[in-house]
Amino acid sequence: MKNFEYIQPGSLNAVSTLSKEKFVSSHLFAGGTDVLGLMKDNIISPDRLINLKNLPNMDKIVYKKGEGISIGTLVKISDIAENEDIMNHFTALAQAAGEVASPQLRNVGTLGGNICQRPRCWYFRGEFDCIRKGGGICYAYEGENKFHCIVGGGPCYIVHPSDTAVALTALNASIKIHSNGTMKEIPIREFFILPEDDPMKENILEPGEAITEIFIPELETGKKSAYIKLKERDVWDFMTVSIAAVADVSGSLINNVELAFGGTAPKPWYDENINKVFINSKISDLETNVKKIFNDSELLSKNKYKLQLIRNLTKRILNNFSA
Amino acid sequence: MKEEKNMKGISRRRFIKGVGTGIVGSYVMLPTMKDSEAKITKSPKDEVLESVRTETLETTINGRKVKSKVEPRTTLADFLRDYLELTGTKVVCNHGECGGCSVILDGRAVYSCMLLALDANGKEVITIEGLMSGENLHPLQQAFIEHDGLQCGFCTPGQIMAAYALLKKFPNPTDEQIMTGMSGNLCRCAAYPNIIKSVRGAAKKMNS
Repeated sequence: MKNFEYIQPGSLNAVSTLSKEKFVSSHLFAGGTDVLGLMKDNIISPDRLINLKNLPNMDKIVYKKGEGISIGTLVKISDIAENEDIMNHFTALAQAAGEVASPQLRNVGTLGGNICQRPRCWYFRGEFDCIRKGGGICYAYEGENKFHCIVGGGPCYIVHPSDTAVALTALNASIKIHSNGTMKEIPIREFFILPEDDPMKENILEPGEAITEIFIPELETGKKSAYIKLKERDVWDFMTVSIAAVADVSGSLINNVELAFGGTAPKPWYDENINKVFINSKISDLETNVKKIFNDSELLSKNKYKLQLIRNLTKRILNNFSA
Repeated sequence: MKEEKNMKGISRRRFIKGVGTGIVGSYVMLPTMKDSEAKITKSPKDEVLESVRTETLETTINGRKVKSKVEPRTTLADFLRDYLELTGTKVVCNHGECGGCSVILDGRAVYSCMLLALDANGKEVITIEGLMSGENLHPLQQAFIEHDGLQCGFCTPGQIMAAYALLKKFPNPTDEQIMTGMSGNLCRCAAYPNIIKSVRGAAKKMNS
């Protein structure tokens, strides 16, 4: 890891100015658990790290009944997993946060950092000059693609690694971004981008911009949320596939549902047409209905199993709501 | 920190490091090395070229105040081992995947290899060396011996620090809480059943 300048800006405006300075490569730094990994592997070698941890008022969780919850970008993942308001009202997010990495990383990693983490593709993290690093091809396409995407891929076939991002997508959160002196709010469903738009980025953030807060609106009465993650190890692993659901299920009838999928696409996957398959359907019809989703998947040589897995997971999460 | 170099008492580790940097240093480092900087700590890492960026770090390690100049890229694990010679903290994977470098930062278990030393500024760090009181082992250390919670022992300092944080949070942990709390620490010898017994045993002893 090459040496760098470690800057402690006192305001968001200073963050913008510093990260846009010419001839100096800068990187934002919060918990740092992903950034340090990238630097140790020489995926990035910034001249300057801009520490966000000392910025004021970005590490608070504020719940207002009937409105929603605001979570500062610097809130630690472990504090999200154990927050009573999040557990009670935004269960999917607490469950997803509890599934992130290991206790030691949850104690350091932040929510903003978790949704902005870079993919775990072994070609991207390894010594391959792949598309995501500015190279010519995606090595996973014809290579080892067991953990790669089944939808939304091309020209790069990563999956997005964040658990919390999947939960926040189902919960219809919005992301507050400080952008060169002004604030803007973007629905999380529009925050992430596909490789076809830009294969070298996973989200819309530009230099000079930083996430300040994530807001989740209160769920409508009758709706509950949940998150399930499948992984090869019981603990401390990235998802193979995962699912988050916000649903209104009464008895054996699914009145309403919003689903988001992890481990399936280069971004947390959200598709209104998938929701429509299940809205106003019966739990007893799940077996046939799940066959209607992900039919347009582009399966690679070694990830065909994910299709069955994601359909079964959909069945399981919706069944759980009726139990 | 005070520099006390006793050549007779030089350790094997210090000797090897000294020879290593000596070979390179005699050509590259010595001509530009500032005497004043070299005296700040014991580590050869502080014998730096003037152009190299350093920052001042002030932190508390095992109850002792420490002030030192470090390069921003120094991880907390490297700082503990190379600057302070607290080599109980092990760097194994150096990628935040194994838990061997676990220490306590302001009451919470963290991987010291995935944390910049400068991020410990103004905070309190406890390492495995900080658990003993005088010559007496901490109940957790004793429990790992009594319950045979190790084989090769390389992961043990990290296991004990993770267990320390766990028992601070849950003095009477359930088996599930133990397994979750210890899930960030790998043991290649797979001594897991006895690690769990050790944590359970230590909890019992510490509560009695």
